[in-house]
Formats: sequence, structure tokens, C-alpha cells
Amino acid sequence: MSRIAEFSIEYQQCLAATGELVTPLPAFATQAGALIELYEWMVLLRVFDAKAINLQRTGKMGTYPSSLGQEGVFVGIGDAMQATDVFVPYYRDSGVLLQRGATISQLLQYWGGDERGSDFKECPEDFPICVPIATQFLHAAGIATAIKYRHQKRAVVVTGGDGSSSKGDFYEALNVAGEWQLPVVFIINNNQWAISVPRTAQTHCKTIAQKAIAAGIPGIQVDGNDAIAMRDAVDQALQRARNGEGPTLIEAVTYRLCDHTTADDATRYVPKEQIEKAWQEEPIRRLRQYLEQHHQWDEKKEQQLQQRCQEQVNAAVEEYIATPLQPVSSIFDYMYETLPKSLQQQRQAAEQEGR
Amino acid sequence: MAEITMVEAVTQALAYEMQQDKDVVLMGEDIGLNGGVFRATDGLYKRFGAERVIDTPLAETMIAGLAIGMAAQGLKPVVEFQFMGFIYPALDQLINHAARLRNRTRGRLTCPMVARAPFGGGIHAPEHHSESTEALFAHIPGLKVVIPSSPARAYGLLLAAIRDPDPVIFLEPKRIYRLVKQDVPDDGKALPLEKCFVLREGSDVTLISWGASMHETLQAADQLAEQGIHADVIDVASIKPLDIDTIVASVAKTGRAVIVHEAARTGGVGAEIASLLNEHCLLSLLAPVQRVTGFDTVMPYLKLEKKYLPSVNRIIEGVMKTMEFA
Repeated sequence: MSRIAEFSIEYQQCLAATGELVTPLPAFATQAGALIELYEWMVLLRVFDAKAINLQRTGKMGTYPSSLGQEGVFVGIGDAMQATDVFVPYYRDSGVLLQRGATISQLLQYWGGDERGSDFKECPEDFPICVPIATQFLHAAGIATAIKYRHQKRAVVVTGGDGSSSKGDFYEALNVAGEWQLPVVFIINNNQWAISVPRTAQTHCKTIAQKAIAAGIPGIQVDGNDAIAMRDAVDQALQRARNGEGPTLIEAVTYRLCDHTTADDATRYVPKEQIEKAWQEEPIRRLRQYLEQHHQWDEKKEQQLQQRCQEQVNAAVEEYIATPLQPVSSIFDYMYETLPKSLQQQRQAAEQEGR
Repeated sequence: MAEITMVEAVTQALAYEMQQDKDVVLMGEDIGLNGGVFRATDGLYKRFGAERVIDTPLAETMIAGLAIGMAAQGLKPVVEFQFMGFIYPALDQLINHAARLRNRTRGRLTCPMVARAPFGGGIHAPEHHSESTEALFAHIPGLKVVIPSSPARAYGLLLAAIRDPDPVIFLEPKRIYRLVKQDVPDDGKALPLEKCFVLREGSDVTLISWGASMHETLQAADQLAEQGIHADVIDVASIKPLDIDTIVASVAKTGRAVIVHEAARTGGVGAEIASLLNEHCLLSLLAPVQRVTGFDTVMPYLKLEKKYLPSVNRIIEGVMKTMEFA
């Protein structure tokens, strides 16, 4: 027997859990304010998440999936994308959506059960939140197909959880993206849990990144708790995609420091020691340590930021609470461009029922 | 002008619209150089190139998912599922996404795609190649379901489906792909989608069908005419949304209705039509509405498939049952 092919998977990290640099800063991070911007987005996301959970607990919103502990993944993605790129989210991407221009009150609307929450004005080509697992990977490949068909210089980013990498749609999307060299970046938020099933029960693969190998595309594992590394990895993958150099799979390794959603109770299955350890490695603390060590951040700035985020989120909550309901006719009005006659009758009946 | 078959009319419609609109892109398995297993895309690869007549990897979920992303970008993908029996992996994408993208985004993103699939039995095909499960799709809010039964209607309805701003499931009755030939002018004229077609007029009974069964239904109408029973014959064509007005107008006139479809009986589109007739014209009915359908069985393999399909005799028997009433 002879060896006919060899593969390896690289791991990218810039900041260690202690806030020490393990590799030199990438170019973007040396620009004034760049890291502070990443940090501020992460803090806003954490404040938003806490408020969203609170709204759910007090009956003012529906089920909500928090990003607690995974802020580095999402903020890195949002920061690396350009306005002309297209984002295809799963359901834990509040951070990216905010960076893309969706408003806080819109996200609350979506999770509060109002379809207008997906009518993004600032990023009109981005897909809505995707609840059915892994289906979104194929939409991203389809968008990338259209981009390639039209010879445009932009790219698509799509996200999913570690559980989603077990589904056929994921493999089918990687495969076709490789075969057609599509401008798309696949990102797996490996937060170690698919509801209660640990990453280790999901696949015998040592990494999820290596699933790229079978599709013939680059796969890389990134420290998802390191927003700097995340931002850099996504940026590089996007540049390749925009330049016609094909797709990339990025596995962002992080930890879900929260329940799966507000409908879940992770204390039933998460080992306590594991979560205590994960708290030592989480992304916000890590970047803050780095910024403080380099005299870019202090307690006063922190207090001011916390207050700004609270005010911003509180104002959005007020806007969300004050939003009037859609009329009942709205459940019909977006089914088809032109409402079929039979549905016109049902629409009329629903409106009369409402009186 | 040369007469063409229904499958050639499909090709003609695809070619016309591709010529007119660069956003129309075809995708499917073996649709390129091979022209599709039924040759519905014959010659299009050579004429329009590999960028617009795309042979995909062999994965049906992927075909549907890609089309959704492409359609959201304003392309008009027309995808071919090789047989209806192989469309089921794509149901998740079609039901959870294609059918509701417009609604979920309040009209911000839409899904102007067409999913074509040859369907129905009667061509001695292997297992899983003879399905007629149109009711599955008709049940899904947000989809349209269209079934032509002649070359001219295949041409006009497929053009309408491609131009429609919402997702359309376009089911092609493969048993009659090459059964008859018709003059079909390549004039780019679409037919309406929410409209039944009255193929024959009569005053005694209304025969309602679609797809390949239309052929036996027309034969039954001919034989009944010889016995002095004159039938209105309606090709439903658009299963969803359904033009119930045309059907009700006919049944109000004849007082009798027989619905013929190849699909299994329970939960079939025939049940919906019968129910609508009850709601809209019960007092005009002279006899209970009859259904002549496939059985609630697995589609038999080729040796017995003809026993499953509604025959001319079974249709005539159905009509006779309605004639027993005053």
C-alpha cells in the first residue's frame, strides 16, 4: 500500500485565556480602536442576552436562545463581513444580526412572535433566522451560486451549531460548494452542546473542521473564545471567497455557558466542573484582560460602557413593548404576491372573527 | 407548424423563457448533456451552456435548498426532480423554507422557483418511479401545484409557473409525455394558473380530473356520449390554488360530479373538491359525488399497475352510480 493523500487541520488562536498573545496581532487588530470595537459589541450582546432572557421569564417574550459565552464567535463574524456580503444565520446569531444592522427591538420582535422581526431594513439580502437545523447551509450555497452566476465580488457567511454538522444538508452544502467553488464561508459554532447531547456524542471525528476534507475544501479550527482570531479567520476566508478562491469551513471552538434556550435547563446534563472551567476561558474576560494589560481599558470605561449598553437595550425594550400588533389580515398578506381567491375569503372571515 | 408532444412542449417553454430572461436557470440531475432522463431539457445545455443548464451533484435536498437561495437573490431557478418518488428528501426545504420565505420576511425575500417532476404510473417503471402524491404539496400553504395534461397546457402553464413570483410545484404526467401531439405555437403566451379548463361541455354530469387520468376521463366521456349521457369535462390543471368557481358552475348545471384521480383516495385532492362541492352547491346535487381514484395501497409494481390506475370502465361505473339517482 502507498499513501495517496494526506490532510491536516490547523488551529488558529491569538489570545490565550489569560489575555496573553500567543501569536502576533493580525493587521486589523493593530488599527486604533479595532479591538475596543470588538469588545464593545461583545458586551452589548451580553447585556442584550440577559435582558432577552429576563423578558422571556417575565412573560413578555417567547423562547430565546442566548449566546452567553459565545460572543467571540459571533462578533468576529459580524466584524469581518462587509455590507455587500450576505449573512445566513441559524438561531443563535443575535450578535451578528445586530452588527449587520438589525435593531435590538427587531430581534425582540422576532423572538416575541412577530414576523416583522425578520424584515431587516439595513441588510435586505440577509436571510431570516433559521430554526430547522442545517437547512440554512444550502440556502447559503444557493445564494453563493447566484453571486457566482452574476460574477459579483462578494460572499456569503452561514452559521450552524455543532449538532447541525451531523445533518445531510450540511454535507450536501459543503460538497456542492466545493465542487462549484462557491463564494461561501461555513461556520460551525462548536459550543460543545446540541441541547443536551455533547459534541463527543455527535461524531467520532476529532474535529468538525476536518469534515471539509471530504468536500475538498479548506477547513480550519479557531479558538472561538478569541474574538481576534475569529475575526481574522473569517476575514481571510471571506477574502478568498470574494476573490473566487472558493469556500472554507471554520469550526469555532467555544462553550455554551447558558441553557440551549429559555425552554431548557442545562443543569440536568452539564457537568458543573466543566462549566466552571469554561467560565475561566470565556471571550469577554479574555479580551478585557488584554485591553487592560495594554492600557486601553479600565474600570471607569467599563462602567460607562455597561451603562450605555443598558440604556440602549432598555430603550429598545420600550420600543418593542410599545409596538402595536399586526392586524390579523397580515397572516394572509405575505403568503403569495397575489392572494388567491379562496384565501381572500378566509382572510375576510378572519377579519370578521376579530371584530 | 410541426406538432409536438407534451415533453417537447416542456422543452419549448423552458427554451422560450431562458431566451427571454437570463435569470431563468435550470438545475437537476442528468439535465445537461443528457437532456434529462425523459429528455425534457433536450438540447438546452448546448444552446444555453453549462452555467444555465446545471447538472448538480446527486442530492435532492440540495437541489431544493440551492434553488431557495438562488431565488432569494432574484434568479428564477427551474429545478428538475428526476421522479416524484425522489422529491421527498426535499420536502423539508420546500415546506419549511420555499413555501414560507415571503411570509417569514414580510415580503422582503421571495422564492420564485419552479420544481418540476415527472409523476404518475403506467410506464412500466421500477419501484418508486410511479408516485402521484400531489395532495402532499396541495396541503402546504405557500405552494402552488400545477399539473398539465396536454402539450398546449404544458407550454402555457409552465411559462406561467416560471413567471409566477412564488414557488410552484409543476408535476408532469409522464405517461402522457408522448401520447398525443399538438400544434403549440411558440408565442410565449402563458395560461392562467388559478383556472380550470373546460374541455368538453355537456349537461348530465361533470367529470373532473387532472394529469394523465384526463386521457381516460375524456375516453369515458366519448363512450358515455354514445349512450346519450353528455358530460362536462374539466381539467383542474391548478390543484392549488383551486378554481372551485368553474367546477361549481358546472356541477350546479349538471347536478352530478365524478372526480377522477390516480392518487390514493384518502386525503386526495378529490376529497377537497367533494367537500367544496358540498359547501357551495349541495342543493344542486342530484346524486352523491363519486370518486374514481387509485387505491389506498402502495403503488403496485409494473405487472399490476394498470389495475391500480382509474380505467375508462371504472370512470363509467362511477358515472352510472350518479345516474341511478333521479
